[in-house]
Amino acid sequence: MPVTKRKAHEDAMTYVIIGNGVASIGAIEGIRRHDQKGKIVVIGAEDSAAYGRPLISYLLAGKIGVDQLALRGDDYYTKNKVDLKLGTTVTKIDSAKKAVTTDKGETIAYDRLLIATGGIPFIPPIPGVQGEDIYSFTTLAHAQTLIELSAKIKRAIVIGGGLIGLKAAESLHDRGVAVTILELAPRILSAGFDEKAGALAANRLKNVGIEVNCGVTAKEIQRDPKGRVKGVLLTDGRFLETDVVVVAIGVVPHSAIAKDAGIKVERGIMVDEKLMTNAKDVYAAGDVAQAMDHLSGEHRVVPIWPNAYNQGYASGRNMAGAKEPYQGGLPMNSISFYGLPTISVGVVNPPEGDKSFEVHALLDEAKETYRKLVFRDEKLVGYVLVGDIDKAGMFTAFIKFEMALGGEAKDKLINAGPEVFLWPEKLFDETWNPTPAKAAR
Amino acid sequence: MKRVYPNKDYCIGCHICELACLTAHSKSKDLILAYTVERTGEGLSSCKHVHEGGPTCVALSCRHCDEPSCVAACISGALQKDPESGRTTYDREKCVGCWSCLMACPFGAIARHPLENKIVKCDLCFDRPGGPACVAACPNQALKQEER
Repeated sequence: MPVTKRKAHEDAMTYVIIGNGVASIGAIEGIRRHDQKGKIVVIGAEDSAAYGRPLISYLLAGKIGVDQLALRGDDYYTKNKVDLKLGTTVTKIDSAKKAVTTDKGETIAYDRLLIATGGIPFIPPIPGVQGEDIYSFTTLAHAQTLIELSAKIKRAIVIGGGLIGLKAAESLHDRGVAVTILELAPRILSAGFDEKAGALAANRLKNVGIEVNCGVTAKEIQRDPKGRVKGVLLTDGRFLETDVVVVAIGVVPHSAIAKDAGIKVERGIMVDEKLMTNAKDVYAAGDVAQAMDHLSGEHRVVPIWPNAYNQGYASGRNMAGAKEPYQGGLPMNSISFYGLPTISVGVVNPPEGDKSFEVHALLDEAKETYRKLVFRDEKLVGYVLVGDIDKAGMFTAFIKFEMALGGEAKDKLINAGPEVFLWPEKLFDETWNPTPAKAAR
Repeated sequence: MKRVYPNKDYCIGCHICELACLTAHSKSKDLILAYTVERTGEGLSSCKHVHEGGPTCVALSCRHCDEPSCVAACISGALQKDPESGRTTYDREKCVGCWSCLMACPFGAIARHPLENKIVKCDLCFDRPGGPACVAACPNQALKQEER
């Protein structure tokens, strides 16, 4: 098909972003840093402007109101000249014709397309999982459903002891629901935290009255003749009665639309260092993307908030022609359990028996504090902090800037904590007191 | 934009910048009341911190990065980049105290409020007529606000 090609320099670009989560916000901000003129169209399946998705647990717990969820101000989309189409789902991507089709029957042409559709809850094939009384907890709509529900129910079982499951459990408990958590792994928070940090968090939850069962999961969800949930049969043979089940095992990339368009998808949508997919001018970012990981150098799906924003931002810059590679993501999680703050960054569970890693851990059960530092090749590659988290960012610096910790530096880091004077002189100067020509970003 | 740059060769570790910051962000705008009443009673804190390493010291605070890690990590939208002023702005009302920014900022420039689930971060004294109080108070010009 002969198509009149538009030149970016002559005509304003049209950027179409599928998805209206934090990756989308990052993309808008990345685009606008380089291109003030281009047209941005954001197509969001949900009905609200971008909101702080992790805030749904604060909403469910009754700590904040719906009016506090918006991620940006009321005038944000207008100010950034964004055409926001909410409650709209993209049904087809045609990367040859450079257009997308929506469920409203609209066809929208793009010069650059970003797929930022995020993740969808993974529902395991447990007998009885299909039907009423089964809930997820990843959207505002889910939270609102659970708020209404919590007034009517007495008991809930949460399947999954990861971040989403624990926050769902805590929030439902705050609403007066008796909650039991089931976690297949031997400990909760098995992905981002280690055994001791997991145990401290589990104790906090148990102390307030949340039941935590590890090493066990649902074998079957049993229903009464009307189809309503009666209870859950566990893999250890026990039967627990419950009114509802919240499935919070994790999210999987929402990549069907990309697959259908012939875009390369492994676990997530594969993207290069510019966050572009194998289809020209089609980018992907956030929980749907399989992008480069800073520490391992491998492509991984790491569905965490800062990665989603950063990937969105980097894709935005690159769509606008900035040619700045994505620096790679760093796994990091910060979450509190009934006032007990926990932070985990980078590699926190090195492979057992791998002697290239060196671990220094310090646990004080009475004070509920824990600090674990993981080193490799005389560099800090990961840490966990529980309780005392105030130096977290300074630890992050050593991982992010890959600072070599030769000689006394490592001992000082372990014994006295991270201090800015342990930084190499050059990095210190460029960061804090650069010469005018080299002013740091 | 004009940022505050600390020079460790000039810093004498007197902590006057911290006191100036405390006063500038107090209700009373009075050093003694800020320190004795508001600091102890309300958890008023300085955004500036003097770091000491042997004989060397330096006063650090938020760098107002062009592409801030804290904004990327903020789950509530409390931290944002203001494209016009260049400042990394903080909306206390929106903050839920998740400490994601504190984890993500590799410059250690964000602190927990001592009493509330809020953070403490430099705002460049944007509403102070004379500019940042720390710069004005530094007795040895170890802090400079400049365009670089």
